[in-house]
Amino acid sequence: MRGPSTLVRVVLATLVSVVLMTADHKAAHLESVRAALSTVVYPLQYAVHLPIRAGAWIAENLSSRGDLIAENERLKVDRLRLQARLETLATLEAENRRLRSLLDSSVKSAEKVLVAELLSVDMNPFSRRIVLNKGRRDGVYAGQSLVDSQGVMGQVVSAGPFSSTALLITDPSHALPVQVHRTGLRAVATGSGASDSVSLSHIPNNADIRVGDLLVTSGLGGRFPHGYPVGRVTRVQRDSGQPFADVEVEPSARLERNREVLLIWFQGRGVLLDSTYRPTAGPR
Amino acid sequence: MSAGAGARGGLVIAASFVVALMLTALPMPEWASMWRPAWVALVLIYWCMAVPARTGVLVGWSVGLLVDVMSGTLLGQHALALAVTAFVVHQVHRRVRVLPVWQQGATVFGLVFLFEALVLWIDGIKGMPVTLTAYLGAPLVSMLLWPWVFVVLRDARRRFRVS
Repeated sequence: MRGPSTLVRVVLATLVSVVLMTADHKAAHLESVRAALSTVVYPLQYAVHLPIRAGAWIAENLSSRGDLIAENERLKVDRLRLQARLETLATLEAENRRLRSLLDSSVKSAEKVLVAELLSVDMNPFSRRIVLNKGRRDGVYAGQSLVDSQGVMGQVVSAGPFSSTALLITDPSHALPVQVHRTGLRAVATGSGASDSVSLSHIPNNADIRVGDLLVTSGLGGRFPHGYPVGRVTRVQRDSGQPFADVEVEPSARLERNREVLLIWFQGRGVLLDSTYRPTAGPR
Repeated sequence: MSAGAGARGGLVIAASFVVALMLTALPMPEWASMWRPAWVALVLIYWCMAVPARTGVLVGWSVGLLVDVMSGTLLGQHALALAVTAFVVHQVHRRVRVLPVWQQGATVFGLVFLFEALVLWIDGIKGMPVTLTAYLGAPLVSMLLWPWVFVVLRDARRRFRVS
């Protein structure tokens, strides 16, 4: 039974694998296969996640009264401060809407968010992917943006029925259209594979960009909503021998420290929710 | 071998792969991710060596597909690597099986290196950066873990008489 038959089998397996990989890499035909198989794997990921949740639950239940009171105090102060800011924001929003209606602009900022928990992170140290515990059942779709309280985290690349996989902005295959908040300069932030930096490509040497500049999403490309913080410039290196400056950015989102993330549904221009539209911000 | 014993053996093998997949999905700190042992490859190597008639290329390929879905890599990437690993184990298992466990470890280093190299080559083709520690970390740790994996799986095999 063995001998030539094993050889035939391994050659077949190799061929099928190569075909699968090519199909998976070039087009999104295999999304349904991936989704179906992810249902099989989901219980495993859930089981691995269980002790971590139990640990968090126990820690929560064992925290002392003093700690709770202190936390409560802190939250009250935070709430007051945020409330004050919200009040000014409400007037600003009303004013903004009025001005936009005067300008007859169609930009809307209707957004819906959903909190998702991390099930697992990619075991490959060079790609930055995470698995979330929300899937198509909760309305998650491929291409959806992912943020935390500090800034943009990434986007969903495949959604299974119960879980979904997301690509972080630090993944080498991720590109994100951004804008320098101070000057409005547009750029594309690509991941470097390192967990704490992304780099800006094709910034001219004479461009007005400095260390400390805040970058926000530009909303171009249609994948990400406009105006979310992305990160701060940590290094600008201008070499007159090179055509472009070397700009490094530290992401503001806490990419490696989060357990909860926010999924965003946003309704911008009509084309944005069309799933067949593949803008530049997608995985290459 | 009765049909009941056969089914039970299949269950034991499947359960060991489930545990390996769970260990693979276990969250680890950033610095340790480079040194994560290739659990699934270790389990596959053991079963291919112990009961080559039951586990082989097809089992490796199917489990690899699950690893691909779980880790979000290209469908077929780990499947290909595990299928080739199973094939190589089939070629050498008669020579390796008689060696003492620590000498088997050296072979396991080579096999896991082959597995990691295949996965990383495909990453490289996709344009991802790869370093030397990525090639050597997992094989080293897997080699050191092999005696324990071997003993645990051998005991399981003997207790449930998987053949």
